[in-house]
Amino acid sequence: MKPAAFEYRKASTVEEAVEQLTQLGDDAKLLAGGQSLVAMMNFRLVRPSALVDVKGILDLQYVEANGEGLKIGALTPHRWIETMEDPGVLEGFSVLKSAARWVGHYPIRTLGTFGGSIAHADPSAEWCMLATLLDAEMVVVGPGGERMIPASDFFQGFFTTALEPDEMIIEVRFPEPAPYAALQEFARRAGDYGIVAAAVALDLQGGECRSARVVLGGVSDVPLRIPEAEQVLEGADIGQEVFKEAGQEAAKVIDPPSDVQGTAEYRRDLAATLIQRALTEAVAKVKEAADAR
Amino acid sequence: MKDTHPIEITVNGRVHEIEVESRRTLADVLRHDLGYTGTHLGCEHGICGACTVLLDGLPVRSCLLFGVQADECEVETVEGLESDGRLNPLQEAFSAHHGLQCGFCTPGFLMLATGFLRENLDPTEEEVREAVSSNLCRCTGYQGIIEAVLDAAGKGGERTETAADETAASETSRNQEESVSVEDVSLSGAGEANQ
Ligand SMILES: Cc1cc2nc3c(=O)[nH]c(=O)nc-3n(C[C@H](O)[C@H](O)[C@H](O)COP(=O)(O)OP(=O)(O)OC[C@H]3O[C@@H](n4cnc5c(N)ncnc54)[C@H](O)[C@@H]3O)c2cc1C
Ligand code: FES
Ligand code: FES
Repeated sequence: MKPAAFEYRKASTVEEAVEQLTQLGDDAKLLAGGQSLVAMMNFRLVRPSALVDVKGILDLQYVEANGEGLKIGALTPHRWIETMEDPGVLEGFSVLKSAARWVGHYPIRTLGTFGGSIAHADPSAEWCMLATLLDAEMVVVGPGGERMIPASDFFQGFFTTALEPDEMIIEVRFPEPAPYAALQEFARRAGDYGIVAAAVALDLQGGECRSARVVLGGVSDVPLRIPEAEQVLEGADIGQEVFKEAGQEAAKVIDPPSDVQGTAEYRRDLAATLIQRALTEAVAKVKEAADAR
Repeated sequence: MKDTHPIEITVNGRVHEIEVESRRTLADVLRHDLGYTGTHLGCEHGICGACTVLLDGLPVRSCLLFGVQADECEVETVEGLESDGRLNPLQEAFSAHHGLQCGFCTPGFLMLATGFLRENLDPTEEEVREAVSSNLCRCTGYQGIIEAVLDAAGKGGERTETAADETAASETSRNQEESVSVEDVSLSGAGEANQ
């Protein structure tokens, strides 16, 4: 179908974008890569009165090491993350690069942006899951200035976030390196949203797990942390048995939806399997790092 | 009142200056305003890839982009692949490997593969499979498309060859055709056994 009529504006700075959003009122929206918004407009699921095109704010395209952590400009295309080579970034954040290939298809990754995915807040979106997994903070600018929103407050439900209608995400900050993190998902066709996705991060001391994070996508209205699975892992001697138990524990406590893609039961099975796979991948990274030394 | 904007858009090297309504997608600008009807529309929401074109050299879904956003951009469509009525090596490979049947999806696959092969000069089969999974084809079963892209990669993708290269290339393609047809028989046999 064709989208409803709207007024098109272009902004070349963040200040200009926020000013236009404020002027145009609550029905106006930012247009970044358009890879979610235009699809929804074509379906007339949304009918914004005006769009402020921010794609031309090229200053917001960057991936930068920030002390221990990482800063990603909101308008950085998915494809940049997929093709990043900087060893300084990859050492702590290789999970971003390896997850990028799951984010939509190649021609969607050329236009779609990191900040757009976070703002769109699909509960199975890889960037939203990794933001939750790694305690990212969103740097947001509105008419009143800048504020930081931690991921745990940011995602509030299906496509619902803590953003005000006249606010813009300018940057996403990952505070600490996560060398032993991994994301695994299953979709019927490579590049489609995962039916279920699992992301994990481990902190290991020898063979023992000091702390663990487990986040599932596709099983709730936000990327969901699973403390029950984390508890299974914490303090345990790592190995397939514990991984399996963590997966099974998660499958027990979640209440996933049933739809055309799969029943709740199927999603529970996927969750258990994918958690186990992601943990296996994370530990393989520990071995790789040890071999490299 | 219609919200319209003047844009300057270069399509296959030709500059067009037109006035477009902001809600018009790039696909519709190409098809209806500029007459490049080789770009097809299937789903209009980013799933099928029939509308794939190159925007400043990179493959994009032209149904998920407004024409106004392509102001001052270079667009390449399927019409730009041939030269002087001759198909380019990628198009030849699609023909040789039966990478098309009804042809509806073909412009999208050709532009996807063109962008892909510019970035990946020597792709593995797995990389080709992953790239090809961006688009949908309801006829071929994809095998011919994958073989065509791999074959074209070996020939330098879209590069137009010299006359001497051409004989060599058509010979290799004939040889490959033979070996492919043998594979095809066994593949279709396996398919039947599965049914
Ligand atoms: C077929 C298909 C498959 C896909 N599969 C996946 C997938 O598997 N995983 C995945 O994660 N995504 C997937 N996507 C979505 C894709 O990743 C989008 O790029 C992303 O969701 C939105 O980013 P965008 O830049 O295109 O934003 P847009 O579509 O331009 O905007 C999306 C929303 O965010 C708002 N917005 C955008 N930028 C900002 C900002 N900086 N500040 C505040 N608000 C902003 C817009 O106003 C709009 O409401 C898929 C898309 C398609 C069409
Ligand atoms: S028509 Fe654009 S992706 Fe289907
Ligand atoms: S050839 Fe018919 S859809 Fe692909």
